[in-house]
Amino acid sequence: MESANASAAALRAKIAATEERLKLLKAQLANIEEKEAEEVEESPVTRKWPLLPDEYKRYGRQMIVPSVGIQGQLRLKDASVLIVGAGGLGCPSSAYLAGAGVGTIGIVDGDIVETSNLHRQILHNSSTVGMKKVDSIVSYLKSLNPHLKYITHPTHLTPQNAAEIVSQYELVLDCTDHPTSRYLISDTCILLQKPLVSASALRRDGQLIVLNSPPLPAGDAKGGPCYRCVFPKPPPTDSVVSCGDGGILGPVVGVMGVLQALEGIKLIVEGRLKEEQEVDGRGNTMLLFSASGSPQFRSLKMRARSSKCVACSGNAELTLEKLPGMDYAVFCGIASPIGILKPEERIEAKEYLELEQDSEKTHVLLDVREKVQFDICSLENSINIPSSSFQGTRSSSLQEGKPSWLPETVRADASIYVICRLGNDSQIVTQKLKEAGLDNNGKRAIKDIRGGLKAWKEQVNPSWPEY
Amino acid sequence: MTETHPKPEMASENTIPILVEFTGGLEMLFSDERKHRLSVPSKDDEGNPVNIGWLVKHLCDKVMKDSRKEMFVLDDHVRPGILVLVNDADWELEGEASYALQPNDNILFVSTLHGG
Ligand SMILES: [Zn+2]
Repeated sequence: MESANASAAALRAKIAATEERLKLLKAQLANIEEKEAEEVEESPVTRKWPLLPDEYKRYGRQMIVPSVGIQGQLRLKDASVLIVGAGGLGCPSSAYLAGAGVGTIGIVDGDIVETSNLHRQILHNSSTVGMKKVDSIVSYLKSLNPHLKYITHPTHLTPQNAAEIVSQYELVLDCTDHPTSRYLISDTCILLQKPLVSASALRRDGQLIVLNSPPLPAGDAKGGPCYRCVFPKPPPTDSVVSCGDGGILGPVVGVMGVLQALEGIKLIVEGRLKEEQEVDGRGNTMLLFSASGSPQFRSLKMRARSSKCVACSGNAELTLEKLPGMDYAVFCGIASPIGILKPEERIEAKEYLELEQDSEKTHVLLDVREKVQFDICSLENSINIPSSSFQGTRSSSLQEGKPSWLPETVRADASIYVICRLGNDSQIVTQKLKEAGLDNNGKRAIKDIRGGLKAWKEQVNPSWPEY
Repeated sequence: MTETHPKPEMASENTIPILVEFTGGLEMLFSDERKHRLSVPSKDDEGNPVNIGWLVKHLCDKVMKDSRKEMFVLDDHVRPGILVLVNDADWELEGEASYALQPNDNILFVSTLHGG
């Protein structure tokens, strides 16, 4: 085991050294190529061409598309695009924008690469796990196209830094994964008059909408709608499901990112980044994609700018001065980490292990993850009732006395322990069970296992498969 | 009221066939079915033409089996974060809840996604 570790470490060091060497060689090559290009330009018999010889080769297949042409290619070279989020949307969209020759590409992301990202965040790879996402993505983009300027912003976009970052670019792609950032990005784009291509994805569905296009000042009804025009009120937090909780198919989010790049390229090539006119007949649309839908793509006709919008209407209260003071977490109703139970209503995973081994005491272990997760791995003798079935006023999992999921053989004073993946849903269910009177006026203990199955892996069983 | 599959020609003077669709995860609240072919009365209890407001209440009371009513309707309105489309057009362009249902209308409910 130890010698295997040592040889693995030696290999890792060798790989790192080789990668360094490779980087150096690539830099040398780029240097020589640049000089070559300059020499060609300086030669008196050759004309001065607007693109480098490699660029004519590289972009030729798209330049000969009639709607692009040399003019479109030069517009791409002059353009600057900010991609907020270097994840499942940001990877494919930035790859296609870099491939197409967008002159300046900025990437904002404060996260590091994790193994669970790799099935969909296709510019990161196994050897960049642990790296900053912005660095991982830019190292890929540089090898894809060395002619462009890449700017990394290794931070999350915040109300304090948003205006400063966004102002450096002409077009923004929202590749983030939460309503708070979606409202922040939209507000900033309205204030700075930047068009915005927004996409999102979950499970097998995706959505795409081009916002603030044309990017006219707030109050001009001919400008494109903003995120707040379409969604004036934030969704209830219960309804916000992340890819980490709900799941996501790689190609689904990939399709949406590719479409974002396409919309971006269209805006640039058609000279619409700063357009001042509404184009007749284009209208506002939202594109829906559904892997299991028929048809899979559906284009919806959307509303125009809302005259009541707090961000983009004539009555808008939003200003650049107010932006840094905005609290998007409060607006979206994000509560601080869940801690609704008293300490005595919770036990540690390792304490539960002791109980489990004490065969004298009977108890019920209730796993409240969704069935699809329970099927991946579960603890012995646990009962699976998803937390979703305890929600709502008409829940049948909460009948008073003895709900159907409680085994007949279980005594009225047998304890119930509730577990989930991370320890949040289990607290809510614990509280609901108590509120429903299942604790028989205190005769039955109902407790949450603190930190869920993640804690079980850390405290009890390291071989537990974390997914 | 039937929830089987009325064909357009079955529309009588008293009922209207419509297609209701759910996407973006909302289908999970409706027996995991994206498409629901419904036959609805042409008039409500007060004799007015049925509109989307009526339909939303009907879906909530009669079609939805899931207990999480508040994931679809909050304070008697479609909850924030759900778009309603009438024949693929934003219902805001059609009069929102007051839009009177027409035979063979397609009413689509889309829950916004946030992941990326
Ligand atoms: Zn607006």
